[in-house]
Amino acid sequence: MKDMIISELSQAVDELARGFAHFLPRLIVMLILVFAGWVIAYVAKIILRGILRLIKFDRLSEKAGASQLLNKAALPSATELLSRFVFWVAWLGFILLGVSVLGILGLQEQIARFFLFLPRLFVAIFILFFGMLAASFFSRAALLAAVNANVPSPRVLNLAVRSIIIVFVLSIVFEELGLAEQTMLVAFGIVFGALMLGLAIAFGFGGRDLAQRFLEKRFVRENKEENEDELSPL
Amino acid sequence: MAEESFLSDDFLRQLINVGEVDILVGFPTHNNAKTIGSIVRTIQSSILRCFPRERAVIINADGGSRDGTPELVTGVSIDDVRRASNLSALRTLHSISTQYATSPASGLALRTILTAADLLRAKACVVISPESAKIESDWLPKLLQPVYRDDCDLVTPTYRRHKFEGLLITNLVYPMVRALYGVRIREAYMSEFGFSGRLGSQFLGQNIWNDAADGEGVDLRFTLAAITGGSRVCQSFLGEKDHDERRGADLVPALRQTAGALFSALETDFPFWSGVSGSESVPTTGSDQQVFLEPVRVNRKRLKEMFSTGVLELESVFKSILSPSTLAELQRIAQSGEDEFRYSSELWAKTIYEFAASYQKSVISRDHIVQALAPLFRGRAFTFVTENRNASADDVENNIEGLCLEFERLKPYLLQIWKPRE
Repeated sequence: MKDMIISELSQAVDELARGFAHFLPRLIVMLILVFAGWVIAYVAKIILRGILRLIKFDRLSEKAGASQLLNKAALPSATELLSRFVFWVAWLGFILLGVSVLGILGLQEQIARFFLFLPRLFVAIFILFFGMLAASFFSRAALLAAVNANVPSPRVLNLAVRSIIIVFVLSIVFEELGLAEQTMLVAFGIVFGALMLGLAIAFGFGGRDLAQRFLEKRFVRENKEENEDELSPL
Repeated sequence: MAEESFLSDDFLRQLINVGEVDILVGFPTHNNAKTIGSIVRTIQSSILRCFPRERAVIINADGGSRDGTPELVTGVSIDDVRRASNLSALRTLHSISTQYATSPASGLALRTILTAADLLRAKACVVISPESAKIESDWLPKLLQPVYRDDCDLVTPTYRRHKFEGLLITNLVYPMVRALYGVRIREAYMSEFGFSGRLGSQFLGQNIWNDAADGEGVDLRFTLAAITGGSRVCQSFLGEKDHDERRGADLVPALRQTAGALFSALETDFPFWSGVSGSESVPTTGSDQQVFLEPVRVNRKRLKEMFSTGVLELESVFKSILSPSTLAELQRIAQSGEDEFRYSSELWAKTIYEFAASYQKSVISRDHIVQALAPLFRGRAFTFVTENRNASADDVENNIEGLCLEFERLKPYLLQIWKPRE
């Protein structure tokens, strides 16, 4: 009986030792991958930060209006944020690669899905950034045109243009990420429709006099005294 | 050397038929049928009268007119002019018309004229605006003779005009060109001007044509190129300026042509203007500048309102362009009533310099920077009109002089905020 217990125990210990001996190299490989991944991710972060500073990415982000959002959220600059993002994505990739070496069942598929998701994530960020840039540019253009044409409440126009572009960009971003595609599509339709209807009602009711003045100004050219540009600037 | 492929084969053939010329008169046109016929007749008569021994050519660079403008230019018979004016020339006078594009672009028009002048080896050239409602027969000799006889490279015009006309010129272009480039040219942005073939060829060779393909303010760039190239510049008094099309010119396009072109030139010309201090007058034939003082109706209330609305609504844009102190000062005066409102020369000069520096740094889209200047210019126009409402010609001149001196005094401020080239 005693011999049997000892034999079973020693067999269990042997198996554990064998299992551990079998697992240890994988663990070491994982740790090496994690460490190498940290080094590579860190180097990538430094290089990217240098490149972004060289191409004045912060200024571009400022123009896009992204810097203002980051400041409001007490986040670091766009260059720093993107560098850190790349660092974490790269390191996480190596960590997951290391974990996959361990051969834990069920994790493999999730890791493969993560790597397939990465390109879509980058495309979504790219779309979001340039979408913000477009929203900022076109809303400012609308604001300037409205101010110089002496249109009442130019900031409403500015806000409307910005909102429409941002809603449009967000719907594309979510679609790219594959997050709640149907919900986003419906939400976009509702928001866009509501915005247009709101603007139509607002202009219809609130802007009757304005529309009348606009049409009079455009088609009845009798009242010239209001035009200060009668004074030639050149 | 001219880029010969830029011209059409037909135009080149006509130029070859002309051969070399002494004098070239260029008309950049677009739907100017109303005025072009009489202008061409006046010019032809002037050539017969003042330059009978010179080989001359009239070049019409047309931007896709649909009212028969090119046909009117080439259709004016020199024989009719000879008979009418009882003059005769010893040389043939050619008139050539070419369509450089299907829509007007002043840069392409000037480039066509300069290229033709270069190919024909013209000694002296003159560009006349077809928008001039009234052109005198002595304009041609006044613009050509300093080039042809006195070895001048560029002749810019001065005019007799109302004290409140051309406010963008008197309040921005003249003071800024004078302070930065050190030359007192009254009309650096010119509709009519004379130049030597040498200067035309030099300008053709400059690398500005790709940037200024549509030619916003290319005339101003031409003047600045003459100054930076060390060319001899002089002014000639032409008389009354009466340009039909420009009378109601929109402010934003006018700002693009003047302020935009000037800000853009400052970037490339930095090595030149950063070393200039003070300013010098240029030789002038006739009067320096004449103003007439008839009262005109100006909607000052609207100017003030558009300034105040602009400052309020464009705060986010101005925050990117202006320094906090300048913006605060603008916001303060925007809230003041019409009687207390005053956009001082110092504040105006600081505003313009900060706009120029922001343009160089491209803090936002450059075109947006130029557009944002429009409401501020209206504020300055309000002050200028108010201050000079009852002013005599001398008082107006003194006020403009004071503004110029303010621009000169604040030039170190521009150098301080100008970003050094990396």
